[in-house]
Amino acid sequence: MNIYGVALLAFCFLIGKITGTYLGSLIGLSGDIGGVGFSMFLLVFINSYLKSKNVNITKSENGVLFWSTMYIPIVVAMSASQNVKAAMLGGWLAVVAGVLVTIVAFMLVPLISSISKEDLSKKINQND
Amino acid sequence: MIEKIIDANGLVFAFFVVGVIMYLSYLFSKKILNNKIPGAAIAIIIALGLAFLGDEKGVANLPYMGGMAILGGSMLRDFSVVATAMGVDVVKIKNAGFSGIISLLIGVTFSFTLGVLIAFFMGYSDPISLTTIGAGACTYIVGPVTGSALGASSEIIALSVATGVVKVVITSICTPLVAGKIGLNNPNSAMVFGGLIGTTSGVAAGLAATDEKLVPYGALTATFYTGLGCLLCPSVFYFIILAYFK
Repeated sequence: MNIYGVALLAFCFLIGKITGTYLGSLIGLSGDIGGVGFSMFLLVFINSYLKSKNVNITKSENGVLFWSTMYIPIVVAMSASQNVKAAMLGGWLAVVAGVLVTIVAFMLVPLISSISKEDLSKKINQND
Repeated sequence: MIEKIIDANGLVFAFFVVGVIMYLSYLFSKKILNNKIPGAAIAIIIALGLAFLGDEKGVANLPYMGGMAILGGSMLRDFSVVATAMGVDVVKIKNAGFSGIISLLIGVTFSFTLGVLIAFFMGYSDPISLTTIGAGACTYIVGPVTGSALGASSEIIALSVATGVVKVVITSICTPLVAGKIGLNNPNSAMVFGGLIGTTSGVAAGLAATDEKLVPYGALTATFYTGLGCLLCPSVFYFIILAYFK
């Protein structure tokens, strides 16, 4: 049933949030330190564990997949309800940072592919 | 009368409004831009534009529109972002191998660092704002997730989303133009590309315009990027920023 998947998602979400918030207070910071990341890795872990045990979760999975397709619409709603007027003062920052980060990433592609090409050919040799 | 009904059912009305925005954006992307810029990026740009009509809560300040703040609140957002992890297959990261992992780590770290440095030189100095903008330089998801986890202000979160959206637009348009120069013509470099850029919609659109066959390889690494960013930015990276900018 779909609700099993949604419940599993809720479980992972809450465990991640609790972990992140406790971790924060442990170090003396208010806020959630990496909670969403913990939740995601927990969900990946449980999902692949269930699959490795050949548990059939196709139907429950649909409950999670529905929410994953909702993330763009939700981000649209979130963007529409931000204080954009105040953000305009720093609007150039978004343009400069977005453009520069992308250009540098482009330039790093040949560098890192050349490192990993050796790795890839090693793998192929091992298989031979 | 109608106002009363819509106010009482704000979240449902927001589903409708966002659905219309999404439909028009995807239509515009497909028919007019020939998919050169992904519909998701157009929809977010329209949303940021609509937010101008309101004040500190954007469009949610307007009558009828209160539900947008519920739909776009941090609870549902984080919930749906976590759900995207369901598409991640651990077996596949093994296929991505060394090059995938290295490019992901370098991609998240350098995007964040560069974002923070640019924000710092443009006059921001408090650790929460710097971390949020650095996270926005990763993707438009990592930015707001990090920002609301750390308690950043709404305008900083809006800036981090905008930074991530600029990244999607530049990636979508420029990838086919630079593909030859950066050797983006084989699965290995496409995987590295996905890990370095990380913004899934931009990577998919850019690679599709370059060579349709490369899309799955770029998407393979890019799917891990947001999770890694949501894990590292509000934790390890935030601590490093705190140590330098307190």
